[in-house]
Amino acid sequence: MTQWIASSGLFLAQWNRDGGSMMLPPQNSTIAPSIDWVFNFIFWICIVFFAIIVGAMVMFIVAYRRTPQRMKATSDVTHNTPLELGWSVLPGMLLVPIFWWGYDAFMDLRQVPADAYQVKVWAQQWAWSFEYPNGHQDSNLHVPAGRPVLLTMNSSDVLHSLYIPDFRVKQDVVPGRFTKLWFQADKPGEHNLHCTEYCGKDHSNMNAQVIVHSTEDFPTWLANADPLSKLTEEQVKEWLADPDAFIKAHPEFEGLEPPVVVGKKLHKKKGCVSCHSLDGAANTGPTWKGLWGKKAHVVLEGGAEKQVEVDENYVRTSILYPANQISKGYQNAMTAYQGRIKDREIMAIVEYMKTLTEK
Amino acid sequence: MSAISPSMAPPMYDREVDPKNYLKAGYGLSSWLLTLDHKRISLLYLYGVGFMFLLGGLFALLVRTTLLTAGNAEAFAANKIWVSPDNYNRFFTLHGAIMVFIVIIPGIPAALGNFVLPIMLGAKDVAFPRINLLSWYMWLIGTLMILSSLMYGAVDTGWTFYTPYSTTAGKAFAGMIPTVAGAFVLGFSSIFTGLNFIVTIHKLRRPGQTWFRLPLFLWSLYATGLVQVLATPVLGITLVLLLVERTMGMGFFNPELGGDPVLFQHFFWFYSHPAVYIMILPAFGVMSELISVFSHKHIFGYRFIAFSSVAIALLGFLVWGHHMFTSGQSAVLSMIFSAITFTIAVPSAIKVFNWLATMYKGSISLQTPMLYALWFMWIFGIGGLTGLFLGTLAVDIHLHDTYFVVAHFHYVMAGTIFVLFGGIHYWWPKMYGRMYSEAPAAWASFLLFLGFNLTFFPQFIMGSQGMPRRYYNYADQYQIYHQVSSAGSYVMAAGMLLMMYNLAASLRSGRKAPDNPWGSNSLEWHTSSPPPLENFNGDAFPGDPYDYHNLEWDEKIEGFRAKEPLIRPARVAAAH
Ligand code: HEC
Ligand SMILES: [Cu+2]
Ligand SMILES: [Cu+2]
Repeated sequence: MTQWIASSGLFLAQWNRDGGSMMLPPQNSTIAPSIDWVFNFIFWICIVFFAIIVGAMVMFIVAYRRTPQRMKATSDVTHNTPLELGWSVLPGMLLVPIFWWGYDAFMDLRQVPADAYQVKVWAQQWAWSFEYPNGHQDSNLHVPAGRPVLLTMNSSDVLHSLYIPDFRVKQDVVPGRFTKLWFQADKPGEHNLHCTEYCGKDHSNMNAQVIVHSTEDFPTWLANADPLSKLTEEQVKEWLADPDAFIKAHPEFEGLEPPVVVGKKLHKKKGCVSCHSLDGAANTGPTWKGLWGKKAHVVLEGGAEKQVEVDENYVRTSILYPANQISKGYQNAMTAYQGRIKDREIMAIVEYMKTLTEK
Repeated sequence: MSAISPSMAPPMYDREVDPKNYLKAGYGLSSWLLTLDHKRISLLYLYGVGFMFLLGGLFALLVRTTLLTAGNAEAFAANKIWVSPDNYNRFFTLHGAIMVFIVIIPGIPAALGNFVLPIMLGAKDVAFPRINLLSWYMWLIGTLMILSSLMYGAVDTGWTFYTPYSTTAGKAFAGMIPTVAGAFVLGFSSIFTGLNFIVTIHKLRRPGQTWFRLPLFLWSLYATGLVQVLATPVLGITLVLLLVERTMGMGFFNPELGGDPVLFQHFFWFYSHPAVYIMILPAFGVMSELISVFSHKHIFGYRFIAFSSVAIALLGFLVWGHHMFTSGQSAVLSMIFSAITFTIAVPSAIKVFNWLATMYKGSISLQTPMLYALWFMWIFGIGGLTGLFLGTLAVDIHLHDTYFVVAHFHYVMAGTIFVLFGGIHYWWPKMYGRMYSEAPAAWASFLLFLGFNLTFFPQFIMGSQGMPRRYYNYADQYQIYHQVSSAGSYVMAAGMLLMMYNLAASLRSGRKAPDNPWGSNSLEWHTSSPPPLENFNGDAFPGDPYDYHNLEWDEKIEGFRAKEPLIRPARVAAAH
């Protein structure tokens, strides 16, 4: 019997990797163990009290079941003040440490270490964008292990919430204000990041990966994360004009890809994917299939309508200032990407769009 | 048991007006739709709420069926499932809005409370019978308004209507305006009921019906009434601000217009947390009746239970911020809200211990209403205890907006449905004068209990593992939990069907109910089943509702008989 308990306890404890259990995911931040400790403490309190309640219930049902011999209750007590005070106050005392530990760990979550590495977070329907000190923006969150990371977050539309289960951290992202969240990942690895504040149609697809690099690898990753940003204006022109030749000639831009490929990736990375389909399907915004070169029917600010050809200029304006000219039949629902996208990235998107129109 | 009981013969309601039976006090649709009789209004509520419960349940089944498989986004893109993300979002919104505003909030007070409150007091009706009927019509109008949103594409904001999503123009939910206006009207229905009950309890108690002789159900309805009257106006104002922002573009909550989205959450939960107690307090009240009657023993610690109802009602106003630990509200506020949340655990726990102590050395009968009460103890035990996780600051940060919360509030709020069903089975003989068959009723209750746990227990596990709520598309690792959960919901549906069939069958072929089938000393069981139009054929002389010495089992009527009748012919009363 005891052996069975011990082995099943072991089973529960090793349910998952990294200190996870049947109830909890792996622990991969410095704060996770102290939160899990409170969780488990409450868990066992619940088990004990539940056993008492249900145990007493079942015992009484069995012992005091109504039978022809037992038509009447065998006790007349109507109250017992000391007993009632006792069972109010004693379990109440158990609550004090629970509250305190919860508060203590919560304050740790709120107090940001001074040397934290800072990442800006932009949330929008339905994508995350993480901006690093060097200006690089990524759709996944890359962080160094063993160093506190501070996220300063803002939303460009509705409420969102950033949640990393393996780190036990969560914070709402509120339009019109900056909220903060910090954590320290314990070791290299990959973790899920979810949006947990309901934000509309694709709320459940507003996910990202947290990629924890070792302290040594992180700077290398960051330096090479965006080869495109290292090009001079002149080089960008060469790259657009003849991608293959340019890439071959410049092995120093490791990982640089042709504009069409970059554009395709940006469609996903910058969150265009959640509103613009590539296959003609209807969505929040017009599909990109066949968009390039066609005559767009737009409504200008003020209500006037006109036909415009979809060219580079039109696409650029649509991305940076979508409210200026709204495609007829659509709502003004697109996020203004001004300041959030580089001109060379727009060029890449344009190159990609061109491939979506059959010639 | 008598071998052949004459009451087995199929009953026929004779169509003449019978002053001894409120059901025969008038016929035709208008005798129902224009009735001022609290008992008939109670039945109007019962069927209205019951119908909406089935509709809300249907949306829940749609949600659960959609979640049978992981990777819905890909499946939908490949035309393998027909529920789009937008439709899924509408389903869970309608499920939540219907169940909270239309079903559970009015459920026990307006359907069961309306029936028994005046009778328990020894009164002929509530203090304001016309307002009582008006409440029902407000309920109906509010309900129809919310349903009308279906025609405009239905709301997809979740029942919480969080801003700025709910007020941003250009999103596909034109149904927002009728829905919010409907919730506003429902709020008034709720305020009227609460007010009516408070005044009735103050003013219409029979002489001798002192505060401490009130059945505990009435204490809980009184406390509920206080919350309804004090908290609901805040919801009303909030919803009006929401409508004004939405229609006229005045900024209250939308930062683009200079508002603050978190302010909406404060307003919303200032009502909606107390609303949790509007839902649970009446259930506690019914529980105290059921446990005592079916243990045939005086309720243990009457005053503690009565006062804990009031304490819960008052403390319930001070904890709304525990829904907002991740919202960005200040750490000090969060700490205070967490601390007060823990103090409210105490009066809730008291009740459970008091119920157990009532069963101790009682004479426990496991008839259907008691089964429901026992299931509720199990369910509320889990629901209440898991609240400790969520009241604890750091732990809530991890669990907030995951399925853990979904499981927790279903164990608490949907748990009250078990008490509603227990109450329906308890008072059914009084309402219709018919007994239902015991075996199918017990089986149905067991199916519901089993299905409930299958549905919601796995949600605790996947929630604490990190599965966010309101997700249409989810990762493979959670699929097994979702599938068990969906299977459970089908079991519940089966239990529902069996329960409804059995109750309906009792109207046709049920044995005639004695006045006091279960053995309760509260007044409604001393008048006839069903009661006369004005509730008593004589004057009521209330005693201690939990004094079982006054009752004796009578084999011939298969019910209990009072040694000293509490209803005496009016002229005898005059002689006293
Ligand atoms: C929240 C949904 C949303 C996101 C995200 C989004 N868009 Fe849009 N987009 C729209 C809508 C709606 C329109 C049509 C209304 C308008 O013209 O502003 C539109 C219009 C456009 C147009 C003009 C199309 C036409 O037919 O006139 C272009 C080009 C465009 N978007 C590019 C992008 C790019 C590039 C991205 C990603 C960097 C992006 N959009 C992200 C919703 C979105
Ligand atoms: Cu979201
Ligand atoms: Cu609450």
